[in-house]
Amino acid sequence: MSDGIQAVTMPKWGLAMDEGMVTVWLVEEGAPVAAGDELLEIETTKITNVFESPAAGTLSRRLVGEGETVPVGALLAVVAEDGAAEAEIDAFVERFRAEFAVAAEAAAESAAVEPECVEAGGRPINYLRAGTGEGIPLVLVHGFGGDLDNWLFNQPALAEHHDVVALDLPGHGRSAKDVGAGDLAFLSGTLAEFLDALGIDRAHLVGHSLGGAAVLGLALDHPKRAASLTLISPAGLGPEINRSYISGFVGAARRKEMKAVLAMLFADPGLVSRDMVEDVLKYKRLDGVSAALETIARAVFPDGRQAVSLAERLGELAVPVQVIWGRRDKIVPPAHAEALPPGLPVHMIETAGHMAHMEAAGEVNRLIGAMTG
Amino acid sequence: MAKKSYRQAINEALAQEMRRDPTVIVMGEDNAGGLGAPGEDDAWGGVLGVTKGLMPEFGRERVLDTPISESSFIGAAAGAAATGLRPVAELMFVDFMGVCFDQIFNQAGKFRYMFGGKAVTPLVVRTMYGAGFRAASQHSQCLYPIFTHVPGLKVVLPSSPYEAKGLLIQAIRDDDPVIFLEHKVLYDDEEEVPDEPYTIPFGEANLTREGKDVTIVALGRMVKFANQVADGLETDGISCTVLDPRTTSPLDADSILESVEETGRLVVVDEASPRCNMATDISALVAEQAFGALKAPIRMVAPPHTPVPFAPELEDLYIPSPEKIGAAVREVMEHGA
Repeated sequence: MSDGIQAVTMPKWGLAMDEGMVTVWLVEEGAPVAAGDELLEIETTKITNVFESPAAGTLSRRLVGEGETVPVGALLAVVAEDGAAEAEIDAFVERFRAEFAVAAEAAAESAAVEPECVEAGGRPINYLRAGTGEGIPLVLVHGFGGDLDNWLFNQPALAEHHDVVALDLPGHGRSAKDVGAGDLAFLSGTLAEFLDALGIDRAHLVGHSLGGAAVLGLALDHPKRAASLTLISPAGLGPEINRSYISGFVGAARRKEMKAVLAMLFADPGLVSRDMVEDVLKYKRLDGVSAALETIARAVFPDGRQAVSLAERLGELAVPVQVIWGRRDKIVPPAHAEALPPGLPVHMIETAGHMAHMEAAGEVNRLIGAMTG
Repeated sequence: MAKKSYRQAINEALAQEMRRDPTVIVMGEDNAGGLGAPGEDDAWGGVLGVTKGLMPEFGRERVLDTPISESSFIGAAAGAAATGLRPVAELMFVDFMGVCFDQIFNQAGKFRYMFGGKAVTPLVVRTMYGAGFRAASQHSQCLYPIFTHVPGLKVVLPSSPYEAKGLLIQAIRDDDPVIFLEHKVLYDDEEEVPDEPYTIPFGEANLTREGKDVTIVALGRMVKFANQVADGLETDGISCTVLDPRTTSPLDADSILESVEETGRLVVVDEASPRCNMATDISALVAEQAFGALKAPIRMVAPPHTPVPFAPELEDLYIPSPEKIGAAVREVMEHGA
């Protein structure tokens, strides 16, 4: 590849994505961009998200028009450093496209990264592992009713520099539906057993919502297992929780009800697509899921309150901790972050709701990256 | 998640429910096959192999090969259901309903009502339907409107492998008689189907495409055609909602009406004969309850009022095609334009 010329390609957000549509360009051709600037919006059948520039320079070519759909990995644009010759950029595009055609064929033949299953505490746990094997791994833990696909905008980006494991908690995704007592101790204990099963001694732990409380519990019970903690809109730091979200999620069986419940998760409810609702309904229809969710909700959020607060124990942790919260979170109040001990870094994201790792993926990825080196 | 065929999805639903609940039995003509004859036991596994493998696992006590007498074994299944079992009886082709209809509509369908709610009849009748199989007019009909007409019966039309497994498990666990109709040209269709058991509730339409210009309501195999049409028209700037009611009884009238309120245009696609079919029923519902929302006349896409022809060219012409559906959508779009 040429120095100073950077390809911008269609990302792969989640296992099911094999193509995406460019909905709108946010930067004019020929305009300067900084790394991390929002370049364009991409729509998949599941979700729409902004895509950021991987490099600084000039957006010298926009190669896909608005409304066009292209496969994952296809060239969307070129960002060139100032001074790159036009002919050189054209040659780069031509070479990329020729190589992409060959690579796409090879990729179709070789298996992509697939979820695997491991036994932890006697229960099959489903997980997806991606990235390089060097350094301390990152472990991503979703929230109540979620699954490993919640990290679709994070895991691929983080996996460029890290070994990243995302798992389905018991009762969730494709993991076992038996959740024992369903309390925080059970979830943290299962996480410890899961790390044992994968031979991971220490990990950078990233937890969202209920998963935040679970990784916090793990780090308090087993201080040596955590290299750092990133807690995104975590449970476990105060008594309040949106009762109607929890009971609504457990109770919703029909598409319309579920759509209304899922809309509470986002600052922009327009992000809740038909496919997203359908995926959640498909999960909820599986035998054992209703009982699992009811057990966890009863144990962790009895009477619509959080049973356990670990906020006072944050001082026990000897490892770096950061908290990320969406200001427009309607599930766990951002006020919990404001009550934390001074000195603990809290990153409040003004535009995000409860799902900051989806709604502000670029920023969350940078914060996690900064924490993990 | 593994890809499975419609046939495999139905087989898996039966096997998983038989493992879970010892009162679930299957019965029908050649559901295993080979009984009393030399050679392979489980020789057939149903005429198109849907029940293959059940007899070796569950034995002939729970996988019953019946005589070629629908009137007797459908009646026996209704009785077994009323007295504590959960039978899944296979009526090989729905076209044979004529000889056992009393057992279905006047017996099984009435028990709960006639006994003041004290009787339950957890009977499932699995049956093949539909044209396109070159099987002539006595083996190609749809007939589900007739069952839909009868209060006391639930009527299910799975349109894909995922739908088939979840709806069949729901049917087996349901305490009322359920007519479960399998379209014979869908058996080899494949899609991702979870390995675990799951249920899809009756009476909620599946939104398979979401659009703003036209609502297409389609049933069974026609859902596949409607999806193709919707995808094709999208490139022409026509955006279609496709609703698959999944069950004609109960019918999700709310989803249909709400969608028409949004789009103002309705095309109903039904493979059943055109008089008194689901297309007329759904059109009447919308004409009565959402007339004010309509921007164009309702269009029905159905076959002509004739027996299904045996000549392949005529049979192909008979079945509602993606081309006919597409033409109907364009027509309602162009109305008044």
